[in-house]
Amino acid sequence: MSPVGDRETGLEAGAGAGAGAGLETEGVAGPETAGVAGPETAGAGGAFDEEHLALKSLLGAWALAVCSPEETEAVEAHLPRCPPCAGEARRLRDAVGLMHREESLDPDPLLRSRVLDECLRRRPASTPLPEWVAPYDAETARLDALLRDMGEAEWNTPVRLHWATGERTLTLCGVLAHLGSVDGLVATALGLDDPLGPGAPRTVGDRTETAVERCRAHGPPFVRNKWRTQTRNIVRAAALRAHDAALPVDFTEFRRPLRDALAGRAFACWIHAEDIAAAVDYPYGPPAPEHLARIVDFIARRLPEAVAARRRAGLAAPPRRLTAAGAPGRTLHLEIGGRGGGDWYVPLDSPAALASPEHTVARLVLEDAEFCRLAAGHVPPREAAAGREGDDEAVRDVLWAVATLSRM
Amino acid sequence: MPNETPDGTTGTTRPHRDHAIRRRLVRGEQSALAELYDGHASVVRGLAHRFLDDEDAADRVVAEVFAEVWADPGAYEPERGSLRSWLTELTRRRALRHLDESPLDPGARARLEERIRAASAAARADHMVTAMPGSLRTVLELAYVGRRDYREAAAELGVSEDEARRRLRLGLQLLSAAAGNGAEKAS
Repeated sequence: MSPVGDRETGLEAGAGAGAGAGLETEGVAGPETAGVAGPETAGAGGAFDEEHLALKSLLGAWALAVCSPEETEAVEAHLPRCPPCAGEARRLRDAVGLMHREESLDPDPLLRSRVLDECLRRRPASTPLPEWVAPYDAETARLDALLRDMGEAEWNTPVRLHWATGERTLTLCGVLAHLGSVDGLVATALGLDDPLGPGAPRTVGDRTETAVERCRAHGPPFVRNKWRTQTRNIVRAAALRAHDAALPVDFTEFRRPLRDALAGRAFACWIHAEDIAAAVDYPYGPPAPEHLARIVDFIARRLPEAVAARRRAGLAAPPRRLTAAGAPGRTLHLEIGGRGGGDWYVPLDSPAALASPEHTVARLVLEDAEFCRLAAGHVPPREAAAGREGDDEAVRDVLWAVATLSRM
Repeated sequence: MPNETPDGTTGTTRPHRDHAIRRRLVRGEQSALAELYDGHASVVRGLAHRFLDDEDAADRVVAEVFAEVWADPGAYEPERGSLRSWLTELTRRRALRHLDESPLDPGARARLEERIRAASAAARADHMVTAMPGSLRTVLELAYVGRRDYREAAAELGVSEDEARRRLRLGLQLLSAAAGNGAEKAS
C-alpha cells in the first residue's frame, strides 16, 4: 500500500498488469526513502502533508512541463525535501523521454520496393498487383509516409497549387481532401463508396470545393485516415480486377480507362506531394523509374489530342497538309531521357495520322521528371530544359501542348 | 464512416483489422503485403536500428521480418496479441541473430547489451503509448504533442483540472512501469 491514500489504484481498469506493478513500487520503501522519515509521518507536518498531496498530484504535469510557472517553482522547491516525490519525479521525467518516437528513421522509399520484391520472390502472390496499379500504390504510400512526419501545426500550412492556367492555395489538409475527392471518382468506378457520400457532385472542381469544406468541419486526422483508407481500397479493388484495365472511369469532363486513370492519379499524388513538401520544406524526389516511365507514357500518349485541341482553339499552327486517318504524316520525335524515359512519335497534323520515324520533322528532348513537371504546369514551357531540333513551330506546338495538360 | 470494402478490411477495431489482414496475407493478396509494410515498416525499422545502430543491417532485418511474415502469415495468432507486437518480437529475434553473428570484444558487447536493454524498454513504452486506455493517451498526447498546459487540456477534454493532472501522472506511471518491468525481467 502506498503511504498516501491510494486514490490511484483501481481507477483505470484495463490499464493492464504493468500499471499495478508500476504503482506498487511507489509504496515500497526504496533506497531513497530508507532511513528518512516519510513526509506523511513527519511530526507536526499537517501543512507539509497538504503541500505534499497537492504537489504530488502535479508531478505528471510537471514532468511534461505543462503546469504554470508558479506550480513548477513549488514542485521544484518541494522535491529536495521529499525523497518519495523526488523518486517519482525522476521516473516520470524518464518516462517523458519514452514518449518520443523516432520519426526521423522513416525508411528510404526505395526500401519498400526492395523488401516487397524480395517477399514476392520467396512466395509469389496469388493476387498480384498489376503493373499499372503499382505507381498509384507506391506514390500514395510515399505521400502517406511524408504525412506521418507532420505535426499538428503543419496540417494548416498553406500549400500553393499551381498549374499552367491558374493557382490555388489550400491548407495541407485541403490538398489531401482534394486528392481524395478526385480519387473518389476512381473508387466509385470500382464499386467502392463515394467518400463524399451519395449524391455528391461529379466534377473535379465541385468535388474539391465540397471536400475542402468538409475538411474544415472534420479536421486533419479524419481527412488523412479517409484519404489513406480509400487509396488502400482502390489498390485492392483494382488488383482484384486485374483483367479490367479498360474499365471506364468517368471524370465528367473526360473519361479514361482504369489503367490510365490510375496513372493520372499517381501523377497527381506525386505532384501534390511535391507541393506539400515544398511548403513544409521537406525533401521529396520523383517516383521510382519504372513508375515514372508509366506516368511519362500516360502523358506522351495524350499529346496528339492536346496538339489538336490547341489547334482547334487557334493556338497552334494549322496542319501543313491534310492527312488521311491512318496514313503517315509529319511527326515529332519526342525523346525522354532518364530511366523513366523512352521514344515517342507524335503525329503533328492530326491525331488520327500515323506517326513514324521516317516522317520526323522535329525532335524534342527532355528528362523524364522535367517532362512530367512541364505537364503539371510546374515548369513553364519557355523555361523547360528542352533540347530542340528541326521545325521550330512543331517543337513549340508540342512543348505548349504538354503544358496545357496541367490542371489543379 | 470509414470507406469499407465489402468484407470490412478497414474495420474500426484493432483485433478486427489484424484478423482481416492476416486472412488476406494467407490468401496471398499482394495489396495486403503492401499495407502490412506501409503500416509497420517504420516501427520495425526504428526498432531494428535501435538494436543494431547500423542502417544497412537494419534494412536487412526489415527485409527478413517481412519476408518471414509473408512466407507464413498463418504463424501469426491474433488471439495471442496484436500484429504489431508480433512484428516487434520477430524484429527483436532477427536483430539478436545479427548481433550473434558479429564478433565483438567484451567492451563492445557490454555497450551493445546496454543498447538492447534501452531499445527494448523504448519499444515496450512505444507499445504502451498505443495500448494504454484512451482517456490517458489523449491527455498525454495533448500535453506532449499538442503542447497544451494541463488546464487547457482539461478544458478541451471537458474534465476537471484535478482529473487532467491525475491522468497525466497515471499515464506517465504506466510508461515508466512498462519500460522498467521488462528490464527487471531481462536482468
